[in-house]
Amino acid sequence: MRILSCGEHALLLDLDDVEAALGLQQAICDAKLPGVVDVVPAEHTVLISVAPGTTRLSQLAEQISALAPVRASTTSCREVEIPVVYDGPDLLRVCEMAGMSEEALVDRHLRQIWTVAFVGFAPGFGYMTANAWTHVIPRHSESRLEVRAGAIGLAGRYCGVYPSDSPGGWQIIGHTTLAVWCPKRNPPAVLRPGTRVRFVRTC
Amino acid sequence: MLTVLATGPLTTIQDCGRPGHAAMGVRHSGAVDAASYALANRLVGNKRNAAALETTFGGLMIRSSEAVEVAVTGSTAPVVLNGRPEGRNAVLVLRSGDMLTIGPPTAGVRSYLAVRGGIEIPQVLGSRSTDTLSGIGPAVVKVGDTMAIGNQIDGHPLLDQAPTADFSSAEVTLRVILGPRNDWFGTSAIDVLQGSAWTSTNHSNRIGMRLAGPKLPRAQYGELASEGVVNGALQVPPTGRPTIFLADHPVTGGYPVIAVLRTTDIALAAQTQPGQVIRFVIDGDIGTVQ
Repeated sequence: MRILSCGEHALLLDLDDVEAALGLQQAICDAKLPGVVDVVPAEHTVLISVAPGTTRLSQLAEQISALAPVRASTTSCREVEIPVVYDGPDLLRVCEMAGMSEEALVDRHLRQIWTVAFVGFAPGFGYMTANAWTHVIPRHSESRLEVRAGAIGLAGRYCGVYPSDSPGGWQIIGHTTLAVWCPKRNPPAVLRPGTRVRFVRTC
Repeated sequence: MLTVLATGPLTTIQDCGRPGHAAMGVRHSGAVDAASYALANRLVGNKRNAAALETTFGGLMIRSSEAVEVAVTGSTAPVVLNGRPEGRNAVLVLRSGDMLTIGPPTAGVRSYLAVRGGIEIPQVLGSRSTDTLSGIGPAVVKVGDTMAIGNQIDGHPLLDQAPTADFSSAEVTLRVILGPRNDWFGTSAIDVLQGSAWTSTNHSNRIGMRLAGPKLPRAQYGELASEGVVNGALQVPPTGRPTIFLADHPVTGGYPVIAVLRTTDIALAAQTQPGQVIRFVIDGDIGTVQ
C-alpha cells in the first residue's frame, strides 16, 4: 500500500486491486478511527477524509498502516436480493460477446454472489464484482442518451444497476423494479461498498 | 417569509453540505466559500449549519414579509435596502415589506445572504444544500419562490459588523500541497505550475473552475482508474490545464490530481472572476500534515 498526500484533510491509499481496496475500506470502517468523515473506495484506492482539527494525517497514516487487511469476502455484510427480468436490449449481444447461450449466461449471472466494490458514476451506482464472473464486457462505444432507473448493465468485469434515469454506456441485460436509490430514505442507497447482492429472477 | 423577486445568474440554498455520504456517491455540496457563509450566520446569531442563500455575480432581490435581521457577506457586491446603500458584513434589519438587493460584485463572485433563523426547508441527508449536479436537495432558486424562516438560532447577534478584507480583483496567489498524483507529471510540470500566470475562465460553476494557461506536461501516460477526489483538488485532464474542484465536485475522478489547495484558499480561488490571474505556490511537501 502506498499512502499519498491529498491536501490538508485527506489521504489517498493506493492498493493493488479492487478486492484490496474494499478490504481496507471495511477495515477502516470497522476500526472507527476518530475524526474520519468519509471513506471512499474505488478501483484500487481508498480515499479517507478527516474533519479539520481532529487527527494529524501522520498519525492517521500510522493507524492505517497498523490495520490488519480484511478480505472482503470474509466480512459479515448485509445482503440484498434484487429481483430481475432479463429483458435488456443488449442481452443477445452480451451472449455473443461471452460466447454463451442466453440461458447459460442468465444462469451464470444468477448464480454469482455479487459484492459492491465501490460507488461511482452517479449517487447510488454500485460497481459489483463476483469472483467467478470473469467476462470482460466492453461498454457501448457511444452512450445511450437515456437509460431508465433500474436497468441492469454489464461493463468491464462489473455489474451495475442504474439508480436513476441517466445517459449510460453499459450493456443492458435486464431490469429491476427495486428502487436502489431514494434520497428520501436514509441511507438512500441500497448498494453500498461491501453490500452483497443476489439477483433473483422474477419471470 | 422571504419572497424572491430576482435571482441573478444563479442563486441556491446552501449550508455546511453533506459530509459522510461520499461512499454512496453523494457529493459534499454546501457553500463554495465556507468562510463567508459562516460569517453571515455568525453575524445574525445563527447555528453554524443554518441554510443561507448563495448568489453568483449578484442580481438577487428579495422582499421580506416580516421583521428580521439579515447579513450579506462574500464578494464586494453592493447591498441596497429599499434603494439605500448599506454595508456588507454587517447586521441589517429588514421590516415587513422591505426590499434587499445584492448588486454585481466588483471583486469576488459569490455573496451569502443569511437570515436570522435560517431558511426553513426539509433536510435531505442532513443538509438543506442544493447539489447542482445530482439534483439532491432543494431546486435552484427561481423568481417568485417564497421561503419560510426557521429557528436555527444560537443566541443573539454579538456584533453589528465584522471588518473583513475585500476579495482582490488583482492577481491572487493560492497555496497548494503536492499530490496525490504529482508523480504522473514531470518535475518540469511542477515548475510550470508554480511559475505560470493562470487565468480563471468563464467555464466555472459550483462543480469546478477550469483554468487557462500553459500545458502541464505529463511524465506518465495511460488512463488513471477513477479514484476519490477532494474539494480544492487540481485535476489535470488530457488538455494539461487544471480544473479546481469546488463544493459540487464528483466524488470520484478519472484524471490525475497534481496538487490540492490549502483549505482556506479554496474560497479565494472560487471568488476569482473570469480573466483574473492566479498563481500557485507549493506550500508544504508531500505528506505534509496540518
